[in-house]
Order: sequence, then C-alpha cells, then structure tokens
Amino acid sequence: MRYLPKSPADREAILKAIGARSIDDLFSPIPAEYRLNRDLKVPRQMAESEIVDWFRERSRENGDSYAMFLGAGAYYHYRPVIIDSLISRGEFLTAYTPYQAEISQGTLQSIFEFQSMICELTGMEVANASMYDGSTAATEGVMMAIRLTGRRTIAVARSVHPEYREVLATYATHQDHPVVTVGFTESGRIDLKELEKSVNQDTACVLIQSPNFFGIIEDVNAIAEIAHKNGAMLVVSIAEAVSLGIVEPPRQADVVAMEAQSFGVPLGFGGPYCGVIATREKYVRQMPGRLVGQTTDTNGRRGFVLTLATREQHIRREKATSNICTNQALVALMANIFMTIYGKVGLRELAKQNLAKTAYAAQQFGRHASVLFSAAPRFNEFVVETSEDPFAINSRLLGHKIIGGLPLKKFYPELGNAALWCCTELTTRDAIDTATALVGESQDSTKPSREVAEVTR
Amino acid sequence: MKPKSVIRKATTHVNQNEGLIFEKSSAGKFAWRLPPLDVPEVDTAKLLGASERKDLGHMPEVSEIEIIRHFTRMSTWNYAIDLGMYPLGSCTMKYNPRVNEVVSRLDGLANGHPYQPENVSQGALRILKTLSDCLIDITGMDAITLQPAAGAHGEFTGLLLVRAHHQSKGHARKKILIPDSAHGTNPATAATVGYAVENLKSNSQGMVDVAALASQMNEDVAALMLTNPNTLGVFEQEIHKIADIMHAKGGLLYMDGANMNALVGKVRPGDFGVDLMHLNLHKTFSTPHGGGGPGSGPVAVKKILEPYLPTPVVVTKSDGTLGFEYNRPQSVGRVRAFYGNFGMFVRALAYTLANGPDGLRQTTEDAVLNANYIRKGLEGAYDLPYATPSMHEVVFSDKLQAKKGVKTMDIAKRLIDYGFHPYTTAFPLIVPGALMIEPTESESKEEMDLFIEAMKSIAEEVEEDPEMVLAAPHTTRVSRLDEVAAARKPVLRWKPS
Repeated sequence: MRYLPKSPADREAILKAIGARSIDDLFSPIPAEYRLNRDLKVPRQMAESEIVDWFRERSRENGDSYAMFLGAGAYYHYRPVIIDSLISRGEFLTAYTPYQAEISQGTLQSIFEFQSMICELTGMEVANASMYDGSTAATEGVMMAIRLTGRRTIAVARSVHPEYREVLATYATHQDHPVVTVGFTESGRIDLKELEKSVNQDTACVLIQSPNFFGIIEDVNAIAEIAHKNGAMLVVSIAEAVSLGIVEPPRQADVVAMEAQSFGVPLGFGGPYCGVIATREKYVRQMPGRLVGQTTDTNGRRGFVLTLATREQHIRREKATSNICTNQALVALMANIFMTIYGKVGLRELAKQNLAKTAYAAQQFGRHASVLFSAAPRFNEFVVETSEDPFAINSRLLGHKIIGGLPLKKFYPELGNAALWCCTELTTRDAIDTATALVGESQDSTKPSREVAEVTR
Repeated sequence: MKPKSVIRKATTHVNQNEGLIFEKSSAGKFAWRLPPLDVPEVDTAKLLGASERKDLGHMPEVSEIEIIRHFTRMSTWNYAIDLGMYPLGSCTMKYNPRVNEVVSRLDGLANGHPYQPENVSQGALRILKTLSDCLIDITGMDAITLQPAAGAHGEFTGLLLVRAHHQSKGHARKKILIPDSAHGTNPATAATVGYAVENLKSNSQGMVDVAALASQMNEDVAALMLTNPNTLGVFEQEIHKIADIMHAKGGLLYMDGANMNALVGKVRPGDFGVDLMHLNLHKTFSTPHGGGGPGSGPVAVKKILEPYLPTPVVVTKSDGTLGFEYNRPQSVGRVRAFYGNFGMFVRALAYTLANGPDGLRQTTEDAVLNANYIRKGLEGAYDLPYATPSMHEVVFSDKLQAKKGVKTMDIAKRLIDYGFHPYTTAFPLIVPGALMIEPTESESKEEMDLFIEAMKSIAEEVEEDPEMVLAAPHTTRVSRLDEVAAARKPVLRWKPS
C-alpha cells in the first residue's frame, strides 16, 4: 500500500524488536471468535489514476458547468485562487487543533484575525473560532440564550431557513424547550403583531434570519424592541454572509449566528461549511466552541493561545456549554482569506454587484410572473410565483444547462407554485435573460407584474 | 542547551516575523477586481433604505502579494503531519493523501449545490451511497447516516437514536453509563440529549469493570458509551459480556469509534455486540484535521435503529437511480442542514479506494505494530501504568520524571525542540500525568527510532538538568505563553490602538 512507509524487512525487524512472532500476536487481545477472517467488501485497491477517473465520472454526473439560480443557504460566489493555494499548505492542512501554542502560532494568529473580522462585520464584540455550519450555529446561539436568561421557550420566525428550524427542533425537543413559530406577512417579513403576542416572560429568545429565507431584510430594530422589552434575547442568523458588505449588520442582536460559506467556501453539495457565533463581551463565558486570545510569552513577545477552555467539554465534561470539539478550522481559514482579499472596499462592491444582478433579474421575472414580497428590501434572493409548476419549469431549464430556483411547496405549502431564485456576481445577464424567457414560455398573461414599477421603501 | 542532548531530527533556522493583517492595511490597497457589471447599476439607497450599510469598519485593505506572504509566513510557524511524526494519542494524525484534495475539487463536486435536482446529482449521490456501503461493511452494521459534522456531533446523533429507540418502547430511560477513561465529549453529549451521566470505574487493567457494570446496569440506563479500544489503547476483551449485560436489561451498547484505526479490516464492532457507533472520518479515514476541523462523524447502526436515522437517507429508486428519502415518520429529525460534510466523504472514499481491503488491513496492522514498537522502545525510560497489551496507542505516565518536578507537559514541550509534535498530555484522566502516544501507520521505522531516541534523551535530561526541560521549548518563535493572563483578561479580537 503506497501510503505505508515500511518494507517487509522493516516489519520483520519491528516484530523481532517487540518480541512477537507474527502480526497476529498483536491482535490476540481480540477474542478469536470476533476476528474477521475475510476481506472487507470494499472495492479493490486502485491506482491514483483510477481514483481520479472514478471521481471525474461522478463529477460529470453532477451538473458540472450548469448556470446556477439556487441559493437557499448555499451560495455560488467566485473563489479567488489564492484561497486554495494557501489552505493547501501542509502546515495549515495537516495540523491538529492548536493546543500546543508554541508550534501552532500560524493557526492561532489566523483564527484571531478571523474572530476580529467577524466582529467588524457583524457589529458584535466577540466571535468564536467556528461552529459546524449555520444551522448548528443558530441552534447553539439559541441554547446560549436559554442558559443566559434561564427561560425555556424559543420563538422562531417561519422565515428562518426551514432546515435550520428542523435542526433547532431536534435539539430543543430533547431538552424540553417549546418552540413557537411566528409567521410572515405579505412583505415576506416576520409578522410583528404575531411576534408581540408570542413573546412573553418565559421566552428565552427570538430567532430570526436576515436576510431571511426569502432574501428579505428583516426590520431588526422593531424585532429587537419586542424581544428586549420582554426580557428575551435576540438571536440573528445570517445565512448569506456577503450581504454584510452592504446590509447593515444586526447591531441590536445579542447573538449573531452566521454561515460563512459565501466567504470563499465551495458549494460542495452542502458541506463542509463554516458556522460562527458572535456576541457581546459580557456573554462570552456562555459561548460554545473554541476561542483564541492574545497573550505574551516569557520574553514578553505577543503570541496567541486557545483560551477560556473552562467552558469546553474536555475540561467541564457534562457541565460544558456545548459538546462541540472538532470545528471547521480549515473552512474558517478559507473565509478568513476571502475576507482579507475583498476587505473594506471589495466586500461592499461585491455585495453591490449581487444587489444589481438580483434587481435586474427580479425585474425581468416580473415581466412573466409575480415576484412576491417586493415591498421590503431584499439582498440576492427573490420569490417568483408562476402559474406553471416550478418543477416543470426547472426541467425545461435543465435542457439549457440552467439550474432554476428552489420550488418552495415542500417547505411552504401555502406559497403554491412559488420558487426561490438567487443571483450572485457570477450570474450573467445572458443566463438571466435565457431563464426568464424560458419561464415566460408557458406563463399566461393573467399574472400581473408587481415588479416592473418596483419601489422599495 | 546541553551539548549532550541528541537532536538529530531538527535544526533551527530563520523564519519570518509577521504582524496582524490589520497592521499592514492602508487605504487604497486591494487584492480584488470584479468584472464590469453587465446589468444596470442600482441605487443602493433606494433599494435598501435604512438597511444600507455605509461603512465596513476596520476591515483590512491589502494587496495580493501581502496576503500570500502573510499566510505563508504564518504557516511556517505551525508543526504539521507533513513535517513529521505527530503522535497525538486518540487523534490519529495519519498522512492526508493529496489525491483526496484533488478529487474533492473537481468542478462538478466542488460546485454542486445541495438543492440541485436529483437527476443532475447522481454523481454526489453515488459517492454517498458507495461510501455508506463501505463503512457499513467496515463496521459490521446495517445502516448509516453521514449527516453529523464531527465526532461529538455523531455522539449527539447516536444518543438521539438511543432515546428514540427507548421511547418507542414507552420509556426514554434516564442515564448513560460512561467509563472514567472516556473522552470529555461523551458526558457533554449525554447532557445535550437530556440524559444524566453515571460514571463507570475502570478495573486494575484499565478496562471496564464487568462486575461493577453488572451492578450499575438497570432499567433506567439507556446505553453504555464505550470507546474500544479504550483511551489506554486497550481492547476491551470482555466486550461480549459487556454487550450481554447491556442487552439483558434492554440497554444499548454505543461505541465511540475514535479508535477505529486499531480495528479496520481485523474485527467489526457489529460482530462483537455494538448496537451503534460513530466514526471519525478525520481520524481513521485520512481527511485532514486542518488545524481543528472540518471533521465528519457518520453514525452506523444495527437494523433496530434504522427507522430513527436523521432525514434524508439515500435510497435506490425503482429506475435504478439514486435519490433522497425524506418521508421517515420515526426519524429523530435533522442534526445539520443539507447532508453533512460532503467534501469529507469524497476524501474518505478516495482513501478507501486507494487502500482496498488489503490496504485497509495492512494499515491497521502497521498502526498496531508501530504503537507496540514505541512501547517497547520507551519501556523503562517512562513508567507504564498498565501492562495490558496495547493496540494502536500506548499510555505512559510521568511518574519517574515527576520526582524531579518534571511533568508530562514539560516533557511534551521539550519534545518540540527535538522536532516532534508532542503526544497527548494529561489524558486519559485515569492516568495521572499521562503521555498518550499514537504513532499511526504513517511513521517509518527511522522516524520512530528518532522519536524513541528523543524521548530517552529527554528522560536523561530530566535526571541531569530538569530546569532546562522545565523551561522548554527553547527553539520556537515564542516561548511558553501566559495562558493564565489570556483567560483572566481575555483579548479576543484586534482593535485599533
């Protein structure tokens, strides 16, 4: 086996040194009746060239080089090439968690910079080193609020990503935390009146997403006011990180739970992505996950260490703030490099292009179908309602190597034939024009266009 | 440094200083360029109103070459598997094959959207299915979910399945039994799922005390979480009795698969009574640790637990194509958005294909051979608290060195000067001053000989010049860092001065 650095003579020499007759001696602690006496049923050993061929074939079967109009928590943005050049360095790629600080300063300093930039972008005071993804970050953010308030109930907006809500439900059920779901209005935003009625003295927090699942920017001020006057916390989930380039961050939030996939992380069929939790300094001891802090060495030089570990499972065991151990460090490094590349000016320009493409697309779609929720500001997603079944539309688009919007019926039956479309800086005008023409093919003219004379706010 | 020290693996050399990226930033520098907009410009104020962000605070402004140097310089301050032996016990720091990285970046896989239609997702689905089938046979189980993002997330998922199983019988039960040698994630996970933790003491050989287990097991216990081989690197020889005791009272046997690198191709947990287990693809299956993640923690189960697996699961449809099945009324629900850390599945499968059945078996044999070679080499120089045979890792203690005031962490720090990453220190908790060493199969005899020589040399240094060891490391860019100050007054982000 080509990964194993031993010759038969080496193995013999080692066996001799140990004083074992054969390798089987070393496995003698395993009761004989359980030992496997056959080959595993896995494919035979392959050459590297065969492995590459096998995966190339899978890649071809997987929508390679289609134009993409899907978002919904996973966004197709350009990834500058230096991200992969840098994260492929073995010193980053093949290092472990930086517990031995003296020989992990590269990882530690880069995490410190990541935490700092996440704070700058979210308007929070502290950020952790990463969580698994946006869905688990949102859930852990809610659990933090439960510990901090000592209250039991969770109010969650129905405009939060449906799969994030499913994950929250999975965690909440077994710790006996009731979840109250708050609907949305015709603007696509959370129903503030319903929220007002749903939040009370037992509410630990309100969880919203902004931009929400429909791409609509929530009125965070109004929501924060309702939560805070009832003594509840506000947890804001951000699934589309690029929005932070041009959308005001939720500064009124107590916890921001992010998915940083948009920052230079490949779509990769859903993972690995990069969750992050950011919060106020005063709540840091209830934060889950690893934190890097600045300190000095015995000679007074600046250096970085993992810190406040007394929150974590390896010290606190069953009393830890979370069971998380391994996080998404290398993916956080991708996001870190991406944020560094675009920086203060580029992130805004990038977000602006997303906004422009989306505004154009929404207008074009509006010629053939209804674009819902147009009264509130949106970032790079929009909901299109058609008379034709969106699955039929998508089949037609696939013939033109275009992957259309996400049909919403599964998550929101009340939205009927609506689908969620997304444009990023990578969406070309050609693709938008082709897609809208194909959507228009079967649409009758009975759908009034609400988008043509779009006035937002 | 003492001239007598034998440091053959490493030599010091110059490396570059590098400040924080914010300290290199100045207005007008940039590392990006967007193509010209092919749609009309928009009036952001009109579109966003009060939601428009005007300022990005202190985000950096730097050029591309500065970014390359910044991260490259920082990378040189890290130790890594690519540089040498990284014998962290229980972490399985094995070689991360580069073909894994290449295939995970193929366009159709890297740019595949989780919601793209199933008829253009057959490649990704085939990868999920093939890896699932391999892992099911490797573990000897009946079904699997790949959704959990890491080992602890797998434990969480596993205990949800345990709870669902007991609930279906009318009583969720109250407790999880956990040996005192377990990883911290085990008790932390049990608490997350709403179970109380009851400690199980190890016997004099470092194994589960079967008599104690029998007396502690009752109808309130939902499951035993057992790591096998355990964190001493010892195979639980009475595993069949353990399983019988659990099953007789309706409990389940959960195996933490952190140490599966000792078993693949030689023995299958499903054959020795395990009902469910998680795997760490970032340990046993060679996906890179990446400085702390991403991981992947699939959970394999016996038939009785299959109905409860998280949604969705991959199924073969009547036309032979693959698809996701969401309609699973007994499922515990989702533990993560989408399908898990797919990129890690690609890597783990590439590793499995590179090995084949013979390679996987040889890998396990070499991992166990290496641990025993280290054990033999260091016996006498370091105290071996448990004489029980070792599988893939070996645990010594600092008992001999502690007489001179030198602890496991000090020896670890001195090992850095010799060009090695330290072993795992102070774990498992049942061994005071533990040195937990797992070489993995990736080490050659030459590298291990250097390691043994280094450890013996340090043992001599402790006798002759303990102060020098206590002040180690001497060759790193920073010396020991003040962790107490870091925690007392946390500085967790850069701020402009």
